[in-house]
Amino acid sequence: MEHTCSDFEMEKQKFAGDSVVTGHGEIHGRKVFVFSQDFTVFGGSLSSVHAKKVCKIMDQAMLVGAPVIGLNDSGGARIQEGVESLAGYADIFLRNVTASGVIPQISVIMGPCAGGAVYSPAMTDLVFMVKDTSYLFITGPDVVKAVTNEDVTQEQLGGSKTHTHTSGVAHGAFENDVDALIQLRRLYDFLPLNNREGSPRRQCSDPWDRPAYSLDSVVPLESTKAYNMIDVVLDLVDDRDFFEIMPNYAKNLVCGFARMNGETVGIVGNNPKYAAGCLDINSSVKGARFVRFCDAFNIPIVTLVDVPGFLPGTSQEYNGIIRHGAKLLYAYAEATAPKVTIITRKAYGGAYDVMSSKHLRGDVNYAWPTAEVAVMGAKGAVSILYRGSDNVARYEQEYIDKFTNPFSAAVRGFVDDIIEPHSTRMRICRDLNMLRDKKLSNPPKKHGNIPL
Amino acid sequence: MFLRIQNSRMQPLRKCLVNSRRAFASADIYTTDPIDPSEAKFGKILIANRGEIACRVINTCKRMGIKTVAIHSDVDSRSLFVRMADEAFCVGPAPTSQSYLNVDAILEAIKNSGAEAVHPGYGFLSENTTFAALLEEEGVTFIGPNSKAIESMGDKIMSKKLANQAKVNCIPGFDGVVDTPEEAIKIAKQIGYPVMIKASAGGGGKGMRVAWNDKEAAEGFRFSKEEAAASFGDDRLLIEKFIDKPRHIEIQFMCDKHGNGVYLNERECSIQRRNQKVIEEAPSTFVNPELRKAMGEQALALAKAVGYDSAGTCEFLVDSQKNFYFLEMNTRLQVEHPITECITGVDLVHQMIRVAKGHPLRINQSQVPLNGWAFESRVYAEDPFKNFGLPSIGRLHRYIEPTNIPRVRCDSGIVEGSEISIYYDPMICKLVTYGPTREDARKTMISALDEYVIRGVNHNISLLRAIMGEESFIRGDTDTGYLKKIWPDGFTGIPLTVETKNHLAAISSCVYVQDDITASSILSSRRLEGTDGASRVWEVQVDIKDERVRASVIRSSNGRYLVNIDGNHLEVSLPESLSQPTIPVSVGDANYVVQVPTRDFAGNIRLRFEGTAFDLKVVPTECAEYLQRMPEKPKPDVSKQVAAPMPGLVKSVAVQVGDVVGENQEVCVVEAMKMQNSLVSLAMGKIKAVLVKEGEAVEEGQLLVELE
Repeated sequence: MEHTCSDFEMEKQKFAGDSVVTGHGEIHGRKVFVFSQDFTVFGGSLSSVHAKKVCKIMDQAMLVGAPVIGLNDSGGARIQEGVESLAGYADIFLRNVTASGVIPQISVIMGPCAGGAVYSPAMTDLVFMVKDTSYLFITGPDVVKAVTNEDVTQEQLGGSKTHTHTSGVAHGAFENDVDALIQLRRLYDFLPLNNREGSPRRQCSDPWDRPAYSLDSVVPLESTKAYNMIDVVLDLVDDRDFFEIMPNYAKNLVCGFARMNGETVGIVGNNPKYAAGCLDINSSVKGARFVRFCDAFNIPIVTLVDVPGFLPGTSQEYNGIIRHGAKLLYAYAEATAPKVTIITRKAYGGAYDVMSSKHLRGDVNYAWPTAEVAVMGAKGAVSILYRGSDNVARYEQEYIDKFTNPFSAAVRGFVDDIIEPHSTRMRICRDLNMLRDKKLSNPPKKHGNIPL
Repeated sequence: MFLRIQNSRMQPLRKCLVNSRRAFASADIYTTDPIDPSEAKFGKILIANRGEIACRVINTCKRMGIKTVAIHSDVDSRSLFVRMADEAFCVGPAPTSQSYLNVDAILEAIKNSGAEAVHPGYGFLSENTTFAALLEEEGVTFIGPNSKAIESMGDKIMSKKLANQAKVNCIPGFDGVVDTPEEAIKIAKQIGYPVMIKASAGGGGKGMRVAWNDKEAAEGFRFSKEEAAASFGDDRLLIEKFIDKPRHIEIQFMCDKHGNGVYLNERECSIQRRNQKVIEEAPSTFVNPELRKAMGEQALALAKAVGYDSAGTCEFLVDSQKNFYFLEMNTRLQVEHPITECITGVDLVHQMIRVAKGHPLRINQSQVPLNGWAFESRVYAEDPFKNFGLPSIGRLHRYIEPTNIPRVRCDSGIVEGSEISIYYDPMICKLVTYGPTREDARKTMISALDEYVIRGVNHNISLLRAIMGEESFIRGDTDTGYLKKIWPDGFTGIPLTVETKNHLAAISSCVYVQDDITASSILSSRRLEGTDGASRVWEVQVDIKDERVRASVIRSSNGRYLVNIDGNHLEVSLPESLSQPTIPVSVGDANYVVQVPTRDFAGNIRLRFEGTAFDLKVVPTECAEYLQRMPEKPKPDVSKQVAAPMPGLVKSVAVQVGDVVGENQEVCVVEAMKMQNSLVSLAMGKIKAVLVKEGEAVEEGQLLVELE
């Protein structure tokens, strides 16, 4: 196709295919649709023809149920085309939204993307960037300077570090373009083709019943001491192969894809190594989006719980921890995909409810012997229950004996079993097998109203 | 409360598995003077140590039917030795000064447990005479030599004096200062050539000369004097015997309280780094029966002279002419005692316990056998690429000892999931192999090293494996300068020949292809005929360190791979599962056991090949061509930064923000596992930021100080 613009002497500059390459192919034998913006043609700017080409493959992808991968490298609207370019954007936006939750949509930012060009990626499920060569911003540093008199570089404003560490716009960054494509293929292998197919399964040579003895001692003896939940994840999953989503953002919650006995699962885990594994605004939003993605495509969710609670304080409250924390609660409660939960240590307060608890329709909920299910830690509880008492130590010990164990939850059926850590992999694999044909649906509705 | 439950729920099974295996594996070695159950013995022994040596002692106690008591620090409370012992007492927090050296708490544990005797292991309190004396007051037996013997041998000057009296060869030297070349020649002649002339203020090889004759002695005197004056501003010189190609050979001996003693042959421990032993063997390739007898008899003579009454070791330096000189006596059980046990069949711990109880030795010198050969590799948690080994820490998420191989003994104190911390010695295991000949024991060691699975910490298997296959080691041509001589620029992994490099490339490209086929095996997908890879040719590039190897791979119908590298056709067979901890592969006629600790199914493969872990990148060739066009990333300038080379504790910080430092000036000291490391600035400059405080724990690679 060629562009149709005749203003500004554009009719004299035509390029076959205009500023985007589109098509479909296979990754490891599974179909996929791809568009790739071509910066060498008008800076990859979006013309109406460009938009039509993208819409065409998106429509076809919806029709056959295959993911769409966009390789983004576009300066924004084709100014010469005026409103026609804007219309083109809107056509793509609409398709991004209708396809959301039907087919996975992935964006890779491979160059500077500004203006309208950033919103289509923002509406896709996963956004990746290339280190040092890709940028995402609404307007570039020049306009920023003119409007706010702020001096900022492209990298500071919208580089991969900004979006993977600070803003949380991007889900990961890769070393270079080729590395990005290699890793994208790796990610693609984890994903279902659409929302009807279910989680992909492949041959697995890592024995499903492999005991992971090192898990028996991963939780430190002192309950205030940190450990890395990623160590637990790697010991549990097939071949220690874990594709982490947002590894550098809100590190107190680990999210990512892995396989259990060959089947893709979404892993969510509080990570005590960072901020004690608490839930704050960023981690709640990160987790909520990931859980909803998994649920949309029926990817089973394995949740590893070690959470001391929501992070208190003015900065959290002023920024709406209540509203944002509710997103994760909403996402877990709404999810109908298989849910397996393991409480490794702390499960305190409201955060216990949130983290895929039995009460939110968790299918199988386990606790390790080190689990502590309680409303709060011993110190806090005693200071409320026995305010002003001088026998604090005794009451604390009493509280510890009563609550810092998994039994009170187990006798009420809130955890299904207390298990030896080394048997966790075997149990999860067995349960996922049992849950493979799980059928559960929420009441018919137009859509829920998640607290955005 | 939950802890107790956890213990009772999950430990008994593993505990009994571990114990029975270990006890069995070592018991079949002990054929000389086996345990006599009818002999009187201690009822209960406390082991004032931790880790592998505590496990070692507990094992023998168990076989003798003696109850055991462990003491431990709080961080060690879940350790193997604590679980193996019948009783355990926590004696303090992690730092050794507050736990394993906390004499008061240990005495309390002895009292509370009712232990009749204490085995100190090695290190910690093993050569502490005050502790031994306190035990005596309490009426508790110290399993080791009497305090007098420890005391006299612990003092360098006294031990030399006693050695001289006992007519033991000592390193000849001249104590005074040498003034003229003539005097230097005279003294050199007295000592006997070769001699070493060195600056009295010296260090670092400056002002040092070796002289083999009169002429060299006179010359050396002049040069050394000048150098010493220039380097140290002090031109006083000393002369002592120069020991060329020194070997570290030691004699193990065993004495009782009745004046009997035997020597249990020698151990050669020449392969050392920073005066720490890496590989030991028994016997030594260099020692003949005459030398053995001479050394053994001198060792016993000295032992008798101090009234020695336990297991001990006499360390000697041996020069290329088979002259030997006394260094020191170690009045304890040594780390490397297992190799002596392997060749003599004597359980040294058993004998120590018997002798401490007052029993006489039941074997005489003619009954001490020398059967076959044994090696010990000290497997450490450390990075051998840094100065032949800087400590490393971490959690062993996978740990499998190669004890399935016959004639392999592993003395260790850890299990899967154990933590290697900064508080204690970073030794993971003493890997011992033995066999009828040196070659048998060496080959067994190679298999054992290849099959040893240690994941989660850096370790020195790569170095041990490289030494085991190195030519001068195979010849037995070793001295204390071995490592520096073989790897003058530091160790960087096993050297690859063209053949082994091709084999490594072939194996890794097949791993890539097998993963690619697995990735295409998604069970629900439908494929068009002919696109499923059955007749496909994979063209890939493998990056090995800085080299690139191109390979084309075909998977044949029998599941084998045909690999073509530069016209070399190699047939590779891989097992179906690459998830197993050790992977036997064959390339043509060559057989390897490799390990794949990590791989990401996208071509990044970490593959342990002949002991060394290679980080390989396998990509399709078209990808490789695109990769070449990627802009090269500028390397960050590290000369303005000082980072921790290993995890540890900041011992001291020598600079403040704003200070100007010169090149190689010390900025701070980091201590890990009893080792202090002085960190220096790499460039001149002003300190921009000091990011750590004294006493802070730092991770490997953590930035400590920044320069402007």
